[in-house]
Amino acid sequence: MNPILAAEHLGRVLPGEVPVTLVQDVTLEIGSGEFVAIMGPSGSGKSSLLYLLGLLDTPTSGRVWLEGRDTSGFGEDELAATRLAKLGFVFQFHFLLAEFTVLDNVLLPMRRLSARPEDEARQRAADLLQQFGLGDQSHKRPHQLSGGQRQRIAIARALANDPLVVLADEPTGNLDSRAAANVRQILHDLTRDLGKTVVAVTHDPTFASVADRRVGIVDGRIDPDWQV
Amino acid sequence: MSVQFAIAVTHLVSRKRPTLVSLAGIALGVAFFLAVSSLMRGSERDFIKRLVDNSPHLTVYDEYRNPQPQPATLRWPDGAVELRRVKPLREVRGIRGHAQKLAFIESLPGLRAAPVLVGSVVLTFAGRSEGVTLSGIVPAKMKGVSTIEDKMTQGSLNALAVNPNGLIIGEGLAKKFGASMGAVINTVSPAGEPRALKVVGIFRTGNANYDDTQTFALLKRVQGLLDRPDRVNRFILQFDDPYAAREAASLIEARIGYKAVSWQEASEDLMSVLLVRNLIMYSVVSAILVVAAFGIYNTLSTIVMEKVHDIAILKSMGFHARDIRRIFLAEGVLLGLVGSSLGLGLGLGLMALLAQVEIKPPGATELIHLPIYWGYDQYLLALGFALISAVGAAVLPARKAARVQPVTILRGMG
Repeated sequence: MNPILAAEHLGRVLPGEVPVTLVQDVTLEIGSGEFVAIMGPSGSGKSSLLYLLGLLDTPTSGRVWLEGRDTSGFGEDELAATRLAKLGFVFQFHFLLAEFTVLDNVLLPMRRLSARPEDEARQRAADLLQQFGLGDQSHKRPHQLSGGQRQRIAIARALANDPLVVLADEPTGNLDSRAAANVRQILHDLTRDLGKTVVAVTHDPTFASVADRRVGIVDGRIDPDWQV
Repeated sequence: MSVQFAIAVTHLVSRKRPTLVSLAGIALGVAFFLAVSSLMRGSERDFIKRLVDNSPHLTVYDEYRNPQPQPATLRWPDGAVELRRVKPLREVRGIRGHAQKLAFIESLPGLRAAPVLVGSVVLTFAGRSEGVTLSGIVPAKMKGVSTIEDKMTQGSLNALAVNPNGLIIGEGLAKKFGASMGAVINTVSPAGEPRALKVVGIFRTGNANYDDTQTFALLKRVQGLLDRPDRVNRFILQFDDPYAAREAASLIEARIGYKAVSWQEASEDLMSVLLVRNLIMYSVVSAILVVAAFGIYNTLSTIVMEKVHDIAILKSMGFHARDIRRIFLAEGVLLGLVGSSLGLGLGLGLMALLAQVEIKPPGATELIHLPIYWGYDQYLLALGFALISAVGAAVLPARKAARVQPVTILRGMG
């Protein structure tokens, strides 16, 4: 297996009077096209691990490899540029920009990267929304849509720049069971149909069951014995 | 339109009330800035106009700013011998080669010049004698540099031009002598021959000293009276733009060597008073804009607080810290630009309104309009101050926004 994303003895300690260890000594390899579920009890450090893997946070020890490149020497600008071009994020809360239309929200990352001409970017955004069954909603504002629809827009936005890896933090945590099933299916299809790599933090056992691999995290460490 | 700019515009447009309040602050600040500035500068110009219209804009004297070195000093600059009581060569005083020098001055654009020979004479009429200042003038040229023609109550400068023995006196002197038009006044100078001159004009400027002691005759006649043939000792200059006088003075002095004094130099004390007055005025009106800037700061800080999740998602999406900073700086620039454009319109309206106002000062007989200055420099100054305040107000919120760490916000949510 050729890992696209790898963690090597990864650790993160929050400094302070009483330092808090969020993640310690995590070594993990994620292959291209894999659907990995990171699971664990609340406060186990699984979200912190996802932020480290997504280059949102910088580890206090160890390193993250993306496409075989060591990211530990990256400056803030290079990290941002890497996130923009190669990673996509979906959070528990959709975090859509309320003043922008659905289409403009999906266009944001493409406009920032400006690798595509405007009309091509618009076409791509429209196609993505169509693909997730939101083709007729593209000129609405996020607040006019349901929670499930918003989360699908967030996924479309994460996919806008055609990333290598989609990182999802409790993507179904705020959804009812039908919407959750829909989002789960979409993420699953990403790996199967589009060959994307998906890393999702979840404590939804149904969600975990469709993943190719489950990684249990307890107290910031990988726990091979962890079961739902 | 860049995506950062689009976000900036959206932030402002979606928060109409705070945006409008910020805009109103800047607009009112700029409008008051302009109204006060135009009034103060207008009154300053009005004051200066009165000051300069009654005296020459620039006078070239037959003197040097620094005394000419003695020949012995030139010959032996390091010599230890000092020669005292060295008498200069006997020479008729005046501007040497005045014709060429005047021709040079007249070749400069935007000014008119007149040669004058000023001397002291004693006038005798009907048993009374008065020492007065006699200026020898060329009437045609004098009209271009002096308002004396407008102050004539009887006769004119033209009458002097056609009468080589003519004399123009002030009303005060005419009263002292009991002389009227056509009176023949005996004129004596310490050097030349006495001559009888006939009054062909009487003026009244309102300045008592001037009306008592100033007289005019033809240049040729005065040169004869004072025994200074073909000499003049002053050039009097008038400019289309009085403010060009200072620069012209240094140019003329550098070129012809004689001392050239502009009206600004002659009334330096007043000019510094006006400068201080302007400084005070601009500090006060700029303070209005600084206060308005707090409105912008307040609006932008609120936006940063409200939009912290948007900032977090933009940064996690891959927006750089400087992209975020630019968004909020752009909001400051936008508020500043739109606010000051509105203020410019409002200010022009106020100025037009002020220009209509008529007041009657105590003791005056006529209504006067408030003097309004319309110069473009104050618009630039107002725009500059407004933009600097607006951008300055945006710096702190922009920096705060750029420092938002997405992980901190995301952890707070989870």
